[in-house]
Amino acid sequence: MSTGNMNLTLKVWRQKSTKDKGQMVDYKVSEISPDMSFLEMFDVLNEDLITKGDDPIVFDHDCREGICGMCSMFINGRPHGPKDAVTTCQLHMRSFKDGDTIVVEPWRAKAFPVIKDLTVDRSAFDRVIAAGGFISVNTGNAQDANALPIPKAQADAAFEAAACIGCGACVATCKNASAMLFVSAKISQLALLPQGQPERYKRVQNMVAQMDAEGFGNCTNTGACEAECPKGISLENIARMNRDFYAAKFISEEEG
Amino acid sequence: MSAINSNIPEGELTTKWTKYKSSVPLVNPSNKRSLEVIVVGSGLAGASAAATLAEMGYKVKCFCFQDSPRRAHSIAAQGGINAAKNYQNDGDSTYRLFYDTIKGGDYRAREANVHRLAEVSANIIDQCVAQGVPLAREYGGLLDNRSFGGTQVQRTFYAAGQTGQQLLLGAYSALERQIGMGKVEMFTRHEMLEVVKIDGKARGIIARNLITGELERHFGHAVVLGTGGYGNVFYLSTNAMGSNVTAAWKANKQGAFFANPCYTQIHPTCIPVSGDHQSKLTLMSESLRNDGRIWVPKNKDDNRKASEIPEDERDYYLERRYPAFGNLVPRDVASRAAKERCDAGYGVGTSKLAVYLDFKANTERYGKIEASKAGNHNPDKETCMRLGLAVIKEKYGNLFDMYAQITGENPYETPMRIYPAVHYTMGGLWVDYNLMTTVPGLYCTGEANFSDHGANRLGASALMQGLADGYFVLPYTIGAYLSKEISVKAIPTDHPAFVEAEAKAKGILDTLINIKGTKSVDHFHKKLGLIMWDKCGMARNAEGLKSAIAEIQQLKRDFWSDVRVPGTADEYNPELEKAGRVADFIELGELMCIDALNRNESCGGHFREEYQTEEGEALRDDENYAYVAAWENKGDGNFELHKEELKFENIKIAQRSYK
Repeated sequence: MSTGNMNLTLKVWRQKSTKDKGQMVDYKVSEISPDMSFLEMFDVLNEDLITKGDDPIVFDHDCREGICGMCSMFINGRPHGPKDAVTTCQLHMRSFKDGDTIVVEPWRAKAFPVIKDLTVDRSAFDRVIAAGGFISVNTGNAQDANALPIPKAQADAAFEAAACIGCGACVATCKNASAMLFVSAKISQLALLPQGQPERYKRVQNMVAQMDAEGFGNCTNTGACEAECPKGISLENIARMNRDFYAAKFISEEEG
Repeated sequence: MSAINSNIPEGELTTKWTKYKSSVPLVNPSNKRSLEVIVVGSGLAGASAAATLAEMGYKVKCFCFQDSPRRAHSIAAQGGINAAKNYQNDGDSTYRLFYDTIKGGDYRAREANVHRLAEVSANIIDQCVAQGVPLAREYGGLLDNRSFGGTQVQRTFYAAGQTGQQLLLGAYSALERQIGMGKVEMFTRHEMLEVVKIDGKARGIIARNLITGELERHFGHAVVLGTGGYGNVFYLSTNAMGSNVTAAWKANKQGAFFANPCYTQIHPTCIPVSGDHQSKLTLMSESLRNDGRIWVPKNKDDNRKASEIPEDERDYYLERRYPAFGNLVPRDVASRAAKERCDAGYGVGTSKLAVYLDFKANTERYGKIEASKAGNHNPDKETCMRLGLAVIKEKYGNLFDMYAQITGENPYETPMRIYPAVHYTMGGLWVDYNLMTTVPGLYCTGEANFSDHGANRLGASALMQGLADGYFVLPYTIGAYLSKEISVKAIPTDHPAFVEAEAKAKGILDTLINIKGTKSVDHFHKKLGLIMWDKCGMARNAEGLKSAIAEIQQLKRDFWSDVRVPGTADEYNPELEKAGRVADFIELGELMCIDALNRNESCGGHFREEYQTEEGEALRDDENYAYVAAWENKGDGNFELHKEELKFENIKIAQRSYK
């Protein structure tokens, strides 16, 4: 069993509701074990707040194994904290030192309004997917799966794009709050596969239109999204999306 | 005690489903448009059902407690999905998948349901590939397969260690398409708190908007629960933090029987507990047992590093005890064998509650193959390991990374330490062949029902069942019920039944807020978890179960007098959500112990220490316990047992052997 010996100061964003102004509040936590995850450290703090009669800090989390995409803390100026390629739930306290001060904020973007404390509304992502992030195939319409061989390299590339967990770190870290990495990952996954061809150009137009309608910013190629993505989604996807987006303009309605 | 009717169609096993589909009453398109269906849960079983029902023309409302349907815990399934495609030409067939599942479930599942599952398994793969789910492929461009426990064929389809994610995103995209078309109305951050019954039929739900705290009334001609399993009754499990039994438990209180609650799957390969702070446990996929060998030192209390223990001082106990299946025995068998070695003093790591999962032998073997492909037929060991590691990395990279994150150890260099953990629950709401519960119009799909896995689920079968239910079974069977409902107009939600159900839900929330005790919800949840793990976990006995029941009853009293829920009921209040869920887990925990105490035999995940063979294997009692135990909730902690006799007409029931 690990024993906890770290003492930390936390500066945490507290905001009662979307309309509330919000502010940073300082907290001390002690006897933190290096084997704890960052969220388990928050559990300790919340347990303490509840016992004292204070309101616990609200934050989104669910699977705690880095795949559901629900956790979303902006830690010391970086989404999901200081370690590359992990989500907040997979960030462990061994990445910090005794005596550290840690600043924790919610995702900040116009399209992701704060709901309470560290929780934000990311439903804009769902609406972008609903606008075209699918292949239109009703249940029961499929042919035998092996009737359509797909080169391994192509399938692997589609899988890499499909590994996006929809957490929104890309938006949170981008100075323009652009969602292009998220949107292009889904567009790429489907554009790389033969099944995705019939709707390829219609899809990119519809999803980009919805992305713009949601109030996400534009891409200025700083690459912060790729650097901060916990799943290593590549900037190449944005290039692919842009190519398809411009190509779509030259393709007639019937083909698209 | 009374018998219950499972409504299994007449006829020969292999033609039941085909005949049923051809004769089930249909609903014409114009009537479908005025029939409303509520789907609670947006995981594989919920999202696939909601999307498919909407495609068919029904009006659908779908609910999830997460911020998006894409977050449902199906997303965390790692290893794969079974299907009887026989793409590997290794002798697989519908019958073999059926047989393996019945045997794997230790002869405690319903034959007709399992055969139907095996029949539709192949359609699932076709459907998912058509949706653009990027399943793993071979160089020829065709789909790849791997092995999973309890079978001798390769029928598991996968996407690296993220199969659940890819399948769920497929179902999610189908669901979002219907949402975009206005055919499904989606309610995220909503939790179902009550089933509304009118004239004995399920007619809607009460749901709480988790952001505003508002209670909402929703009407449906039928209600489908795809709300997942109840593993979090143990506090520590591989489930997500929010996974809960509340919807199923409320249904139980409204008359839906709860079946086989004591059947819990303890998964053999999870990352061991590291301290009291632990909030959840993380699975290391069963697929790792394809290439990993499980061992402990042959000497007790051997404190040497794994790398310092020579080959002849290692006990590959699964290969020793079960030569035919070796490291690929089913989960219940592998878990008990790990517990046996650790209890006997051969465990490893600081807690001594762990065994090694070692990839070295297979890494070297893969390296040799790679070197040979490159023309080097006599590679040295270092070359083999280097090339082999690249292969292992491609197959399991994300799992190895996750292990390194959590433990701070590098699994490419040193064997993983693993130990069993609660992972899945085979029990759930009792359903008939139509997936309908004992409440007319209330259906249950996926892990939330009890139907297909008997007393032990085989690996890669949960994804199969969730999608089978949602895409290919429920959309047909619900038609049999809805075809008789076409004359029923939507019932206004000011009907007294809605008013009463809402008042009941509100009463519980207000009570929880007003206790204003001294202990947090987690305090009680952790206590419950310990009782369940110690006395209703990997091994149970009558004495332990009796004391567990008394302890849980006391815990229930303590909870309702001393829990502290901060804040109010009309705001975003995650502590209040947790409190409601833990209150339900406490009641379920008691029923699990009652069920485990009733079942005087060992089968699958239910291991009663009093009933074992001389070699320590589970000893079933087919004469007295070849039945499904379905429990009716009579209120105030009283439950009445109803039995569904299991008839094995196509499989010869036998002592399960993997030796």
